[in-house]
Amino acid sequence: MMPQHHLSEDLLLAYAAGNLSEGWTIAVASHLAFCPQCRAQSAQADMLGGAMLDTIDPEPLANDAWSAMRARLDADVQLAKALPARATAPGKLVLPMPLRAYVGGDIDTIHWRALGRGAAQMMLPTSDPTTQVRLLRIPAGKPVPEHSHGGREVTLVLSGSFRDGEQLFGPGDIEDADGSVLHTPTATPEADCICLAVTDAPLRFSSWIVRLIQPILKI
Amino acid sequence: MTLLLLQVGRSRDVEAFEALFRHFGPRIKAYMAKVDRNRAEELTQETMMSVWRKASLFDATRGVAASWIFTIARNQRIDALRRDRRAEIDPDDPALVPETPMAADQALDISQNVRLMREAMATLPSEQLQVLELSFYQEQSQSEIATRLALPLGTVKSRMRLGFAKLRAVLEGGSKQP
Repeated sequence: MMPQHHLSEDLLLAYAAGNLSEGWTIAVASHLAFCPQCRAQSAQADMLGGAMLDTIDPEPLANDAWSAMRARLDADVQLAKALPARATAPGKLVLPMPLRAYVGGDIDTIHWRALGRGAAQMMLPTSDPTTQVRLLRIPAGKPVPEHSHGGREVTLVLSGSFRDGEQLFGPGDIEDADGSVLHTPTATPEADCICLAVTDAPLRFSSWIVRLIQPILKI
Repeated sequence: MTLLLLQVGRSRDVEAFEALFRHFGPRIKAYMAKVDRNRAEELTQETMMSVWRKASLFDATRGVAASWIFTIARNQRIDALRRDRRAEIDPDDPALVPETPMAADQALDISQNVRLMREAMATLPSEQLQVLELSFYQEQSQSEIATRLALPLGTVKSRMRLGFAKLRAVLEGGSKQP
């Protein structure tokens, strides 16, 4: 089934323009693998990038630019080779490629850490200090464990589904919530729900006293 | 331009590559200079080197030369100047959910899309074009643009969304013509 909840245009445009930080790009690239409709929009945003490049005021290159380039071509032996066809049968993989790269494999290689009440998470290491990226496993029929963030939170369902108010989110669906929305997503009863959650990194305070009580206040 | 890129991909055609270099080189340099003037020339060479190496992977059913070269220049700029990583979709991922057969049947002629997009850009209200240009050229986030223009974030977002919707409407209308 095709996803019903899509990427917002501001995420798609920022992704195409190249000004989205790493954490959010993981959610965008992963949703694109699930969603032909957003892939088509993403291609249109790249077309806009192409038109931008075409209409920019050109800057003359150095006089020897082409001869320098030509010399490098002659010396170059490194060519990108088309990737060999992969052995994996389609439909067997749960995680799309961008996520498999961060996890180090498919869903069976996730190192879950218990969060209590049957829920578990795996933090994904990134080089982006502005976001936190994690995989969450919510037991069938249970709500998402309490987690306060205050900023934006983009969730992508990978398997199973959850309900938030009237809305149902299944594999490939995106829920894009800002901190002002009070919501309690709950996994549907049939199966555990596994999702990717990207959030703004928690605020850091310089005062050591505030840092000390920050975990207590959950800010 | 797209035919030239296909020639480079198929037969390492140096003359075709030179034509691409002379057209896109000064544009890539201008694009790089928006963020770092000192390294613009060097990054242009690096981008065109990637174009040469990867040309055989270019797929004319998915893009045109300008959009494909734009994505290479963009990734080069992120890599070199921001030292940021970026998750990319892998078009050969076996986990990819394919297009429906109907959508594949309607394979649209996208060869004119950049031209259509350029023409449509010229008709956009300047306030909408301005936020899109700041985003694509200066690599500024929506909140940075809001600060720079002293506008509420919501205004920046809606100008971008409206502008992009108009451009997409032109592509979708234009591609349906034979």
